[in-house]
Order: sequence, then C-alpha cells, then structure tokens
Amino acid sequence: MARYIAGRLAAAVLVVFGVSVVTFLFLHLEPGSAARTLLGEHATPRAIAALQREWGLNASLPSQFVRYINGIIHGNLGTSYIYQIPTSRLIGERIGLTAALVGLAALFAVVMTVPLATLAAAKKDQFADHVVRGLSVLGLGFPSFWFGIVLIEIFSVHLHVLPVGGIGSGFGGYLESLLLPAITAAIGIVPILVRSLRVGMIEILDAEFVATARAKGLREIFVLFSIVARNALIPTVTLLGLNIAYLIGSTVIVEQVFDLNGLGSLLLSSILNRDFPVVQAVTIVLGTSVVLINLVTDLLAARLDPRIRLR
Amino acid sequence: MSTTSAPREDFDETPIARRSTANGFWRRARRSPTFIAGASITGMIVLLALLAPVISPYAPDHQDLYNILSGFSHKHLLGTDQLGRDELSRLLWAARTDLQVGFIAVIFPFLFGSLLGTLTGYFGGWFDNIVMRVVDVVIAFPFYVFVIGLVFVVGEGTKGIYIAFAVVDWVIYARAVRSTTLVVRESDYVAAARGGGLTNVRILWRHVLPNTITQAVVYVMNDIVLAIVAVVTLGYLGLGIQPPTPDWGSMISDGQPFLTTRWELATLPGIAVALTGLGLSLLGDGLADALRPQS
Repeated sequence: MARYIAGRLAAAVLVVFGVSVVTFLFLHLEPGSAARTLLGEHATPRAIAALQREWGLNASLPSQFVRYINGIIHGNLGTSYIYQIPTSRLIGERIGLTAALVGLAALFAVVMTVPLATLAAAKKDQFADHVVRGLSVLGLGFPSFWFGIVLIEIFSVHLHVLPVGGIGSGFGGYLESLLLPAITAAIGIVPILVRSLRVGMIEILDAEFVATARAKGLREIFVLFSIVARNALIPTVTLLGLNIAYLIGSTVIVEQVFDLNGLGSLLLSSILNRDFPVVQAVTIVLGTSVVLINLVTDLLAARLDPRIRLR
Repeated sequence: MSTTSAPREDFDETPIARRSTANGFWRRARRSPTFIAGASITGMIVLLALLAPVISPYAPDHQDLYNILSGFSHKHLLGTDQLGRDELSRLLWAARTDLQVGFIAVIFPFLFGSLLGTLTGYFGGWFDNIVMRVVDVVIAFPFYVFVIGLVFVVGEGTKGIYIAFAVVDWVIYARAVRSTTLVVRESDYVAAARGGGLTNVRILWRHVLPNTITQAVVYVMNDIVLAIVAVVTLGYLGLGIQPPTPDWGSMISDGQPFLTTRWELATLPGIAVALTGLGLSLLGDGLADALRPQS
C-alpha cells in the first residue's frame, strides 16, 4: 500500500507541476494585451512598457517562470491587476461557494445515478432499461446550462418556490439558492455516470457471489441494494473522481446562469478584463483540486479494494 | 520485393475483423433501431441546416421592428427576438453554423489523437511515457476552464474554438486508441505479420489501425455532440461565435432576460441542441452495434 501511495503521490505532484507550466505558457503567449486593455486604446507605448515593467513582464521568460514557480511554492499566486489585492484573497473569498456547489452537485449526481443504474442493470433489455438508456442518451446531448434555465423557468418563474439566482441569507437560504445550480451541474455528468455504472452493475450481477446470495433465497431487493450496490460503490467513486474535472469545469457556466459569485464567475470576469494573475491563479487552483480529488478517490478505491493497488 | 522473405503481393492482408464487418455492416445497421433512429434524426437536421438559405422565411439578421418579441404568430411562426429577428430563421441558420463548427472542430483531434494513440500503444517506451504524462496534465484541467483559458489567449470566435479543441480533445482519442492498440499488439495476427517480416509501418497501417480505429470512429459521433455543446456553451458566455452570426448559444443568452414573457426564445435553441445531440448519440451507439460483429 505504501508503495502504491508513494507512486500516486509522485504522479500527482508531477501533474500539478505540469498544470502550472501549461498555465504559465498559455498566459505568456500574448504578454502585451493586459497592459493595453487596462490602459485603453490610446495608451502610449511608453505607458504600456512602464506598466509591463511594474508587473515584471519585461524580464526574460525563464526568469519570469522561476519567479512564478517560486511564488507558487511559497503560496504567493500574484496580485490582481484590476483589484490590486493578492489573488489568494480574491480566491479565498469565493472558493467556499464553488466548493459547496461542487460538493452538493457530486452528492446529487450519486443520488441520481445509483438508483437509475441499478434499475437499468436489474431490468437489462427490458422497458425500464430502455427508458433509462434513452434518457441518458438525451442527457448527453443537451447543454446542462440550458437545463438550468429551464429549471429557473419552472421552479422560479412559474412555481415561485426557489430563487432565480444569487445567494440567499442564512444557512437555509444558502442551501436553497444552491439547490437548482447543483442539480444543473449534476445533470451534466449523470448520463455519463449512469452509462458506465450500468455496465459495471451488469458485470456484478453476473458474478458468482450474487448467484450464491440468490441461491440462499435472499430477497432480490436485498441482493440488489446490499450486495450489488456495495460492490458497485468502488467503481462509482472512481467514476465520480474521473468526472470531477468536468463537473468543476461546468460550475463555471452554472455560476454564470444563476448569478453566483464563485471562482467560475471570477475566472470569466478576469478573462474579460485580461487580469492575468487572477486567470492564472484560478486555473491552477481548479486544476490542482482536480488532481487532489483524483488522488483521494484513487487511494480510497485502493483502500476499499486491495486488487487495485496490486495492478 | 526481391528477397524471398518479403510478403507476396497477392496475399490478402485485410484483417479478419474488417473482412467480416465490411459485409455485415449494412445488414446489421439496417436491423438496428438505434442506428435507423440516429441516422434519420441526424439526416433531417443536417438537411434542414443545408437548406436554411432556401427554407428559412427571413434572413437571419432581418429586423422586423414593428414586431419585436412578437410571440408565435402567422407572420413569425416561432416569434421574434428582442431585435425583431425571426426566431425560426435564426434557428435554421444557427444549425448551419453550429453543426459546421462542431464537425470541423473534431477532425484534428480525431486524426492526431488516433495516430498518437496507435504509435504510443504499439511502440511503448519513453515516447509512450512522455505522451501519457502530457495526457494526464491535459485531463487534470477542468474541460471548460481549459477551453475558456485558451479562448482568452487565442481570441473569441470560431478560431478560438478550433484551437481550443485541437489542444484539449486529442487526449480522449489518444487514450482510447492506445488501450485497444495494447491489446491488438499482443494478438496472434500481429505476431504473425511481424514474423512474416512486414515493416512496422505496414503492420500498423494494415493490421493494427483497422482494428483499433473503429472505437475512435464510434467516439467521433459523441465527440461532435460534445463539440456542439461546447460551441453553444461558449456562445452563451459570449466567448464563442460572435454576433451577428446566428448561434444557438448566443440565442439562449439573448432569450434568458425574457424568460417571464417569451419563454420560447431561450427554450427552443436548447431543444434544437438536444435534438441534434440525441441524433448523433444514437447514431454513435448504432454504429457501435453495427461495427461489432458478435452483437
């Protein structure tokens, strides 16, 4: 196990480093635009050069890179050009909302996926299976943000039961305003999860220990939810880990639909303002969280299933 | 071909798998309801998109300023938007744009990713190691964060979408094709081809690729769906296809403020995307069934 953990940890560190390098390179492909955007169309070349110097963009690319990596190691992600405060503070103010949204969405995704996949697998090639598979095909094809708009239309505009957007006050209000956004984000990955988990469940249903359980005369509902579902837990966790990147990415859009002030809306507004350090920092934070979540799910799966770490 | 160990020219190198699928493909496809449904829906939408200049009642940017936000009417079957533009015409023209961009966006990832997946899977070694680490890094980025970041650098519009897809999307093909190549590489017929003294290029081209590419071909359909959804999403955020070119995404964001009065403006483009996605996904599933001889 220790060997497995060490290997996965080393790989994760390597990927996080890669993510930082890629982010750095992207944002330095077009170094002039930030100063030009901030100073306006009529800025003189001298003013632009002065601002570049202030931001340290006049140094050579390798030396900028060294300073940037050094900053990351010391937890310094730079200062926002626009807000003039450390990006870590901007991120700190907003990361809670995005984390809550992702967590709630992951929970909803599991709550929706497990029963649907179980039903489809148990009734393989029957009516229920066709309905679930049809729904998941349909779900793959539509943009989840649009589903969010439809939810607003139904629950906020017509039924007046949930807020249209923004964040409510108090814990109840907070949860209430995250309900539709989390469902919207979850819907984006549920079709993929259902399709994969259904296949996994069918394999488990064919396993000998399930046949044994049935032969013992256990009720089918008990076999499904206690024996099959428990064995399907590991692939579900792994699948969720694999799709967490997509889930985190879609919260950027969901935040926009529901007018939430999380990391996603910070990323978008910084892109429109050409606020380099913020775009850079948010990308790294989101990329690193994906790596960390994947690491945790991998280790969890290996803890639960010894076969994985022997592979 | 002067040496005796070289393969004879009349030797049928077509892999067994392909020989049997080629004849059976259409027979199986015709019997698959999924394939028929997918092909019909996709065909219909592509036809509507192609015929948009002929069948759309108005030009997509024609403004009927006396009938702004008109709702369903005889003059404008699906109503007009906040600038008095005919919703039906814009839906049809947007189909042209979004389908075209979606199709083009996946070409490079498909070719490049499949090629890289085949090479890394077949040769392995340090090359495989490097490519797979790059794949890990690209996968670690949340898809939309990466795409939006790239659009930030490259600029909004179709160019940004193509480049973003080229950079991000190849990893999926590379991974999938690599894993099938690993299996095929160990198969008896590849060992036989190698024993027969065929060059690596020839083994890859005639024996490995035909057996690994089917999976990538099936995935292309799902990938076009992903591309269209991404184009629409970027359009919604104002980072995709730029106005006045009609696009389902910008139509949805234009319609969102009028949800309470004209719900159809934001809803109909979404239904168009969903229908397109449904057609292509079914087509992909149907292709998978038809290409798999045992089913």
